[in-house]
Amino acid sequence: MTQMDKRIRIAKRVAKELHDGDVVNLGIGMPTLVANYLSHGVSIVLHSENGFLGIGPEPQAELADKDLVNAGGKPVTIQENGCCFDSAMSFAIIRGGHVDTTVLGALEVDEQGNLANWMVPGKRISGMGGAMDLVVGAKKIIIAMEHINKDGTAKIVKQCSLPLTAQAEVDLIITDMAVIAVYKDGLHLIEIAESTTLEEVVAATDAHLHFSEDNIRIF
Amino acid sequence: MVKICTANEAVKDISEGMCIMIGGFLGVGTPDGLVQALVEKGTKNLTVITNDSAFPGVGVGKLQDSKQMSTLYTSYIGGHPESGRCMEEGELKIVLTPQGTLAEQIRAGGSGLGGVLTPTGVGTIVEEGKSKIVVADRTYLLEEPLKADFALLKAYKADCHGNLIYRFSARNFNPIMAMAAKTVIVEVEEVIAEGTIEPDNVITPGIFVDLLVKGR
Repeated sequence: MTQMDKRIRIAKRVAKELHDGDVVNLGIGMPTLVANYLSHGVSIVLHSENGFLGIGPEPQAELADKDLVNAGGKPVTIQENGCCFDSAMSFAIIRGGHVDTTVLGALEVDEQGNLANWMVPGKRISGMGGAMDLVVGAKKIIIAMEHINKDGTAKIVKQCSLPLTAQAEVDLIITDMAVIAVYKDGLHLIEIAESTTLEEVVAATDAHLHFSEDNIRIF
Repeated sequence: MVKICTANEAVKDISEGMCIMIGGFLGVGTPDGLVQALVEKGTKNLTVITNDSAFPGVGVGKLQDSKQMSTLYTSYIGGHPESGRCMEEGELKIVLTPQGTLAEQIRAGGSGLGGVLTPTGVGTIVEEGKSKIVVADRTYLLEEPLKADFALLKAYKADCHGNLIYRFSARNFNPIMAMAAKTVIVEVEEVIAEGTIEPDNVITPGIFVDLLVKGR
């Protein structure tokens, strides 16, 4: 499976978690793809932390507006029902629990739902931007990522070793191999990907997974 | 009436060691003419409060290129590799703050508040050295207000009283910074006649604005 196939598989599965009318913040990169795979009849309101609701599709290059970019600085459009606000309002929307779901990538997620996705000691630092506020504030936190690192090491671990973005906030982990829910007692494997086996998922995960084989669905 | 002047005149009183807030998000909504005037003036040892260090040659990134900052309060430096290098090698003190916290610190600074309580950063390295306060069983960090000597801002249009409107995502930190600095300089694309902005549509009241500069 190519990198792109994996990303599309993840994006399609994340899209199933979104409901009509949800206010959603999609992280930069792969989470952005989710908007392309919404179920029929589902319309969501996309929040952009640089200050507006109602992100529309990327414009053709010649129609790009210098004042209208997403949180990654890339040109976007705004829907007719969109609205603009300042950064304090934008983060009031986030922290105040007015965003239904945020979808973010991760470096590590652990059994307590801790998330590390903003810094690796010894590597050049980028800063947390709006990630810490999003993970603390949004009602539902979905981590969308490849199941393992490129070097084969696990990203889903017993306890994060990297500096945390937030403590015990993650609700759902969706990877190219599995869908894992984070409950108070730990990680519950609820789905595995087509063409993946239970043994492969367990082997690729460095955390304890609760599951009952009969109840695991395929996606 | 608010005085209208050139970018070079507007920044003439910014001197070494001062604290400057600069609006913008990855260069969008940054007053490019004012930043350029500050680069030409060459004032060093500035403390800058801004969302991000943008990119090399873009927005606030120009002050990184020209090494005029000694301290930078910001949420994101990933677009400008030189910021990361300067932080690692101790050439520039960079205080990384979650974006929503930075916004609230600035809002608090301009609103007469002694700080804000935010759950963001609890249980992370962001909490180091900060007071933790529990309210109704939830733990918050006390984040102190930020103020500045000058704010360099970008708006879309101003009337002659300095009432401001913005465009799309170019608004970002500009309205809150307008409240939090002693002297507020705003670069606008157009100065329009009195009465042409409906009172209900004013985003930043003109009372916050000291100087207007016509930019792009």
